[in-house]
Amino acid sequence: MQSDELKSIAAREREAEAARTACINVCAAASCQALQSDELRKALTQAAAEQGYGPEACTVRQVGCLGLCGAGPLVSVEPSGILYQRVQPSDAAEIVAALEGPPVARLQLDSGMPFFTRQHRIVLENSGRIDPDRMEDYIARDGYSALSTVLHEMQPADVIAEVAKSGLRGRGGAGYPAGLKWETVAKAAGSPKILVCNADEGDPGAFMDRSVLESDPHRVLEGMIIAAYAVGASEGYIYVRAEYPLAVARLKTALRHAERHGLLGGDICGSHFTFRISIRLGAGAFVCGEETALIASIQGLRGTPRPRPPYPAQAGLWGHPTLINNVETYANIAPIIRKGGAWFSQLGTGRSKGTKVFALAGSIQNTGLIEVPMGMRLRDIVFDIGGGIPGGRRFKAVQTGGPSGGCIPGEFLDTPVDYETLTSLGSIMGSGGMIVMDETSSMVDVARYFMEFCMTESCGKCIPCRAGTVQMHELLGRFCDRRATPADLQMLETLCDLVRNTSLCGLGQSAPNPVMSTLRYFRPEYEAALVSEMVGAGGAA
Amino acid sequence: MKKLGNRPSALIEALHTLQQVFGYLDKPGLTFVAAVLKVPPSQVYGAATFYHYFTMKPQGEHTCIVCTGTACYINGASALLKSIEAREGVKAGQTTADGRLSLLTARCFGACGLAPVAVVDGEMESRLTPEALQQRLERIGVHAI
Repeated sequence: MQSDELKSIAAREREAEAARTACINVCAAASCQALQSDELRKALTQAAAEQGYGPEACTVRQVGCLGLCGAGPLVSVEPSGILYQRVQPSDAAEIVAALEGPPVARLQLDSGMPFFTRQHRIVLENSGRIDPDRMEDYIARDGYSALSTVLHEMQPADVIAEVAKSGLRGRGGAGYPAGLKWETVAKAAGSPKILVCNADEGDPGAFMDRSVLESDPHRVLEGMIIAAYAVGASEGYIYVRAEYPLAVARLKTALRHAERHGLLGGDICGSHFTFRISIRLGAGAFVCGEETALIASIQGLRGTPRPRPPYPAQAGLWGHPTLINNVETYANIAPIIRKGGAWFSQLGTGRSKGTKVFALAGSIQNTGLIEVPMGMRLRDIVFDIGGGIPGGRRFKAVQTGGPSGGCIPGEFLDTPVDYETLTSLGSIMGSGGMIVMDETSSMVDVARYFMEFCMTESCGKCIPCRAGTVQMHELLGRFCDRRATPADLQMLETLCDLVRNTSLCGLGQSAPNPVMSTLRYFRPEYEAALVSEMVGAGGAA
Repeated sequence: MKKLGNRPSALIEALHTLQQVFGYLDKPGLTFVAAVLKVPPSQVYGAATFYHYFTMKPQGEHTCIVCTGTACYINGASALLKSIEAREGVKAGQTTADGRLSLLTARCFGACGLAPVAVVDGEMESRLTPEALQQRLERIGVHAI
């Protein structure tokens, strides 16, 4: 597909949009689908036809995630921008009848609430606004225009320079500068070079990547193709969780459409650049989010990590130089090319640029998917965007980074969220899961929960992680059952230190984080769990 | 397997297909995969047991998968699990003696906004209470023991 073809598709789509009275968008991401949004869409389509709206006057379509998953199924109406929550198929006729009049007040969701107004959407700019199964929708919103620019007007080195200038850092958790990683792969000797998209979103409580893939899959593909051009890769893999069947289905559709239109395969967009993408399914191993384990898994082996160096950038899949980035990292690429690295780097804080998508869940009023500029205060995220804690309960902690992260207590709510500050608080940015806990959660219990997770998910290759997580889990169990001794507490701390410093990969190295952060901020809860007669002796510990 | 060129790297994909068709991985199936892909049986068995998604036990007539992700955990997933364990006399990961129900857990379905959730026979049930989940099982004809 040439750039003039892209432009004509975009123009045609915009014309059709302008001719429409209204467009009813029904959320069809996994969360709303679980609430039977498919039935709702059928009911709305039928109601529109019954009330005399032809398909060209009122389109009822599936869209990706509208964000506020806790209030699903969600419906938005364009161009008015009206949002409806908890919509049932029986509400369909009423919604259609209100298209050209005042909205249905009893279902309306205030689109002026901070949850919507305080977000800054780059990765999610199309989420909830396009049909993820229609490539034309994506093209109408400037989709693939960045790819066309890159292929026809930029040298690979220019692309890397632009990404470096943007200051984009890996969104999978570790925050390695994307430009630097790309440059390493581009310079690495050996061919073919391979590109991998890490969509093995294993953190429990995180669903950013799932939402992006379900809502706007072409954005990820476009980012990958641009990256492949920049580093000189000819082969790409998306490693996605088998637990996300809808995301896999949408990706497959997107791949098929992109191939059919010459955006993937040989001579992309009329250039001499060739790139193909295949999907590989994960099989429920958390450790496969670690890049060397992921590589082993794509090769058909058990997902066990290996020591680095050599880094995958030098020797990855089948020993070839391999660029591995996360879904959200690739999703940021097209806007960076379209609007420039300088534009992107204006957003965010000193060393953390751009925005970050978070999955807000747990004990919080507004659960769902949000995207905010780096550097926003935790308080604003939890209380303003999130709407605070339901049921009049009190805030206790917010957990970021999943099993590799930590719990941040109330006194640090005014901390700006970026890679460095979260690390200094004993947690990590992670991939973006943010679980809010109220006063009813026991922090020792939470620490045991995550340790149980790491214990089960440990691949067993290195001893500190394999045996250490089991021992720490056992010790934490003693605290939960209130039969721990001061010696147990000491042993727990020793083990945290040992496992952290001697494990082979990130899983083991970060497994003690939930324990260490809760020990740091909620130590009295551990001490209160010591056997009562021992508290007298060791209470000062 | 053929689609991926019968290469050893097709192992995980082959196991996915096998489980999709038969519901679980059995010994003849694994042996077949090993022979076709020319991978040692030990490596096939290793992969089949390493990945949690694969199961080597036949599943019951109905399945109930309780999500134990963090958001579900905070919102009461363990109470859901305990209530079904008590009701059916099985532990998570087991199938009832009459083969009517397999009770399983999942790491996270990513539907954290609806927590706690469970997937019963492929359909997601959201914002569950132990009572609601029991009623759901009652509706598909899985009664308390």
